[in-house]
Amino acid sequence: MAKTYEEINEKIRKGKAVVLTAEEVSEMARTMSPKEILGKVDVVTTATFGAMCSSGAFLNFGHANPPIRMERIELNGVPVSGGLAAVDTFVGATDCNVQNPTYGGAHVIEDLIAGKDVMLEAWGKGTECYPRKHIRTLISLKDINEAIMCNPRNAYQNYNVAVNTSDRLLHTYMGALLPNLRNASYSSAGELSPLLNDPECRTIGLGTRIFLCGAKGYVVWNGTQFNCSKPLNEHGVPMGNARTLALMGEMREMSTEFMRGAYFEKYGVTMYVGVGVPIPVLDEDMAARVSIRNSQIDTFIEDYGDGCKLIGQVNYEQLRSGEIEFMGRKIHTAPLSSLAKARQIADILKGWIQRGEFELTAPVRPMPTGTSLNGLEKRL
Amino acid sequence: MVKKVVVTFTAGSAGRSLTYELIKKYDIMLSIIKADIDAGRNGKLVLELDADEDHIRQAIEYMENCGVEVSPLENKIKYDNTRCISCGACTSSCLSGALSIQAPDWKVVFDPDKCIVCRHCVTACPLKLFSTDFAG
Ligand code: SF4
Ligand code: SF4
Repeated sequence: MAKTYEEINEKIRKGKAVVLTAEEVSEMARTMSPKEILGKVDVVTTATFGAMCSSGAFLNFGHANPPIRMERIELNGVPVSGGLAAVDTFVGATDCNVQNPTYGGAHVIEDLIAGKDVMLEAWGKGTECYPRKHIRTLISLKDINEAIMCNPRNAYQNYNVAVNTSDRLLHTYMGALLPNLRNASYSSAGELSPLLNDPECRTIGLGTRIFLCGAKGYVVWNGTQFNCSKPLNEHGVPMGNARTLALMGEMREMSTEFMRGAYFEKYGVTMYVGVGVPIPVLDEDMAARVSIRNSQIDTFIEDYGDGCKLIGQVNYEQLRSGEIEFMGRKIHTAPLSSLAKARQIADILKGWIQRGEFELTAPVRPMPTGTSLNGLEKRL
Repeated sequence: MVKKVVVTFTAGSAGRSLTYELIKKYDIMLSIIKADIDAGRNGKLVLELDADEDHIRQAIEYMENCGVEVSPLENKIKYDNTRCISCGACTSSCLSGALSIQAPDWKVVFDPDKCIVCRHCVTACPLKLFSTDFAG
């Protein structure tokens, strides 16, 4: 009794679609078979709210009079790309000014989304058609042209857990790692995480409509470092850092409730991004996929104190208990991505679909298969 | 009862012999959680006082009479919870258990009574929501 996207959308339009969050359906699966779930549930909403460094935004400032070909650009003192035509730029989330390393591109994006004025300063050499050489002014989302968030790599399918066996305190993008295995940081939303509910990307592809930082955004490509060759556990879950998504959305529809600039000590700036992905329960296989529970999601333990070696394996139920036993010790575990926010996002997306405000999209092109990752070889 | 206080003293006040007097006169079990004293003998101490309530009150009065400023510890770590996203990063390095996050709601809770002003959270929070005026 498989369903099509059109059948599900018809139900959504009539306000009759049955929508559950991924946590709710995982709970349901304790007593129901995939076949029963297929019969009952149409859409499952998944979400995550975590630090995603490979994020950013395209902005078009509009032309001044006389015009300038902006070749060097700063926003609130943060240098951003001067390599896109005369008045376009890309603000990378991790862009920053070494003089003020705790405020970076992600904070500029947050300030713009908050509706604040941002100082734009730009320099050009001056050309026949763009005579101006310098401009300094205030901009906001009200007065510029396009403002499009564009994140080349978000929503990692799974991620290693970070620990530190060395005797030094380490400051990393996985947070502060205390010496001698005193803590462990994990970053995935577990059973609520988008790509863990559709591990082979059967329904998530180019053109999939999603929740992005409060806006209705889209999956626009496979994310960078998209890796299909990670080992699977017995429940079909890829272990470690596997698939990723490239996402885009209109910044004017976004809210700072669902995105934040952040600074990790002695590491740098990054951006917390809120992503919600709806998954249609098309057939029994998808019903089984969305039923995945934290106890069935394994990931590797990575030692940041010793060359990022993989030294163990743990599941998300154990991580969520607050303590894991490893190498004869009890290790305090803590998340790095916000489950409270992820749940809020899954609930909002559920509401949009239930009220008929959000229809599902079949992928325009599926995600690649058989990809693996190249390292960077030093050839000189 | 156990009370944690921040004691601020200047060169003129009796900073040096203070801990000795507290133990002797008021029968207080005392631990120094943190000490920060400069060469001119200005400084701050974070003390944990363990005794009955009367003795603790008398001890605090005694210190104030000696010209040192005593304030409860909870004033010293500030946490702007209105901007908190409950990511949990701060809980990972808070070994005193003052910051915790757990089921069912996974929202971060700060219990100032347990805080030992180690300042780990000040650097650990990616949104910089903790601050303190105590030089670490
Ligand atoms: S690290 Fe900061 S933002 Fe994250 S939970 Fe702690 S206080 Fe909140
Ligand atoms: S100062 Fe130390 S003990 Fe107090 S809340 Fe922060 S990390 Fe925890």
